[in-house]
Amino acid sequence: MSRPIDLPRWLDLVVLPLVNLAMAFAVSALVLLTIGQDPLQVLALLVKGAFGSRSGLSYTLYYATTFVFTGLAVAVAFHAGLFNIGGEGQAMMGGLGAGLVALSLGQSLPAWLLLPLMVAAAMVFGMAWAAVPGALQAWRGSHIVITTIMFNFIASALLIYLLVGPLKEAGNMTPESRAFGPAALLPGMHQVLAWFGLEWPRTPLNFSLLIALAAALAVYLLLWRTQPGYALRTVGFAPAAAAYAGIQPKGQIVRAMALSGALAALVGINEIAGVHNRLMADFVAGAGFTGIAVCLIGRNHPVGIVLAALLFGALYQGGAELAFEIQGFSRDMVFTLQGLIVLFAGAMAQVAAPWLASLHQRLRRAPAATANAEAAHG
Amino acid sequence: MDEVLIGSLLASTLRVATPLILCALASVLSERAGVIDLGLEGKMLATAFAAASVGAVSGSLGLAVLGAVAVGLALSMLHGFACVSHRGDQVVMGMAITMTAAGLTVVLGIAWFKQGGQTPPLADAVRMGLWFTGLAETLRQVPLLGPVIGIGLLGHTGLVYIALMLVGVVWWLLYRTRVGLRLRATGENPTMVDAAGVSVLGLRYLALAGNGILVALAGCFLVLAQNPQFIPNMTAGRGYMAIAAMIFGKWHPVGACLACLLFGFLDAVAIRMQGAVLPALLGGGAVPVQAIQALPYVLTVVLLAGFIGHAYAPKALGVPYVKER
Repeated sequence: MSRPIDLPRWLDLVVLPLVNLAMAFAVSALVLLTIGQDPLQVLALLVKGAFGSRSGLSYTLYYATTFVFTGLAVAVAFHAGLFNIGGEGQAMMGGLGAGLVALSLGQSLPAWLLLPLMVAAAMVFGMAWAAVPGALQAWRGSHIVITTIMFNFIASALLIYLLVGPLKEAGNMTPESRAFGPAALLPGMHQVLAWFGLEWPRTPLNFSLLIALAAALAVYLLLWRTQPGYALRTVGFAPAAAAYAGIQPKGQIVRAMALSGALAALVGINEIAGVHNRLMADFVAGAGFTGIAVCLIGRNHPVGIVLAALLFGALYQGGAELAFEIQGFSRDMVFTLQGLIVLFAGAMAQVAAPWLASLHQRLRRAPAATANAEAAHG
Repeated sequence: MDEVLIGSLLASTLRVATPLILCALASVLSERAGVIDLGLEGKMLATAFAAASVGAVSGSLGLAVLGAVAVGLALSMLHGFACVSHRGDQVVMGMAITMTAAGLTVVLGIAWFKQGGQTPPLADAVRMGLWFTGLAETLRQVPLLGPVIGIGLLGHTGLVYIALMLVGVVWWLLYRTRVGLRLRATGENPTMVDAAGVSVLGLRYLALAGNGILVALAGCFLVLAQNPQFIPNMTAGRGYMAIAAMIFGKWHPVGACLACLLFGFLDAVAIRMQGAVLPALLGGGAVPVQAIQALPYVLTVVLLAGFIGHAYAPKALGVPYVKER
């Protein structure tokens, strides 16, 4: 029973996640039936809302951009053997870093200089916010899951303090800063495509999508094609062996967390620099937690994460459309599905594995058995 | 009038601390048996929703509590099925429970009650009664200590006192009974427990069952004592704060309870300080209320880092037990 289950690579990497995903969808369908909705109709509307129009597709990609960042953040930490639940706080700090740069230099610098500075500031803030729990784990043995959760709450308190206090716009009742001005706004995707003479509807989708794809490629190259990435993965796979091979696990832990935090911080770029153009309190809105689901479904690999982010982007956009279309439907159904995906693809990932393995065995044996029987009779 | 102020501070400390205490005790039980429970937030939300909807439909306090306990137990058993029986990742399981509960309670709430996810306000018959109100009234007339005790300590919902009693019960269970000894051993060295012929999985399921019941009581407190109805996401991070308190109390029921009271006191102070002005000595300006609210989390991190004493987690925490290893 405790023998590791041997699954062929294609079953383990493709079929098992799909089976787990199917179970999550099946339970969601049951929930929909319970509340008197037709799951097939909901699914059809969801797909239509997410992919049915250019602007729907554009929104889907905008949400997916954020999830690529948080999914990659979880994955990088995971490859070093760390569970970073702090994506939420790190993303807030990223937004804060970008916001502080925009607020202080937004009037004096041109966009080509200001925007890279904002990206750099966001990454540095996210890095610092994640490196502290990393260092505490490495040198003081504080459990990283707990410290990153605590850092989420501390980041949220800090951001709210700044937004109701020093950074608050005078005369504005909501806790947000003043608008940054046009120089601090990343070009929207409709503008980017217009450079190439393509027409595209105006949506929140912005240049960050390209940053996200570049980040996914960079993470792949770093982890699987470079020596530092190899060191990082070795620490996650076998810390003792890594130490024996001359890799310092403590340094790797801090490095992995810093990189993870920098990736999560880019959510701030997609939201603050790409859309809102001002610093606000709740721009992360659970994306850090969605990143966990994205990473689990994407099997910790950049390609899987991009695909999973697209799935979640479609769910978010389709869910928002559904809330308009169907009376009594709310986007919370999407959050439920997201939780169920974490349940089936994460916590209960191995429940289906033995079942899948025995099915695979039986299917492989069946043709062989018939062949043998034929040989005996022949 | 200072006695009245102290009394009301004490009262709100107790009110804020009660759900934290119940959750922290739940967390102590499961963690001492070696199972991390990051799903407290979601379990509390789900049980609160169960209590509120059963209460609203049936109009019975007993059924409402039973409904909450049933949901709490079911979630804890699911936790056990995934993490104890099938050795799933306990942290991921906790996140799964919390995320699913946050979505599902709103979906069902909208479908069943059509009030944007809230349940209808509960009738007084479904709400928990107050204890010692008569005594509280009499004591209030007594000068000095009278108001402090009368307003601060008496006249709360029964669950406040039950929660405090449960601290003693959990302590007694863990430190004065055979089951408790075995349960703590399961969290430290499960192989030894197994070698002694005691079921590790059984003990972990037992701890999770206790965890489910205690969380359900916390959920009940939110809707049957504190608020008159269920509101989406009403737990607002209390589950995580309870985990912080449990760590701050060094995985001990009494320590966890004291940490909850401290965190409750900080919250009570923060609410009263809203809009207050700092003394000129500290630079004047508004009191940074968020700093007080963030203090529990900061303190927990500082403690975990070993800068104020040491907090040692159970050794086998988060490690699924494999018999043959």
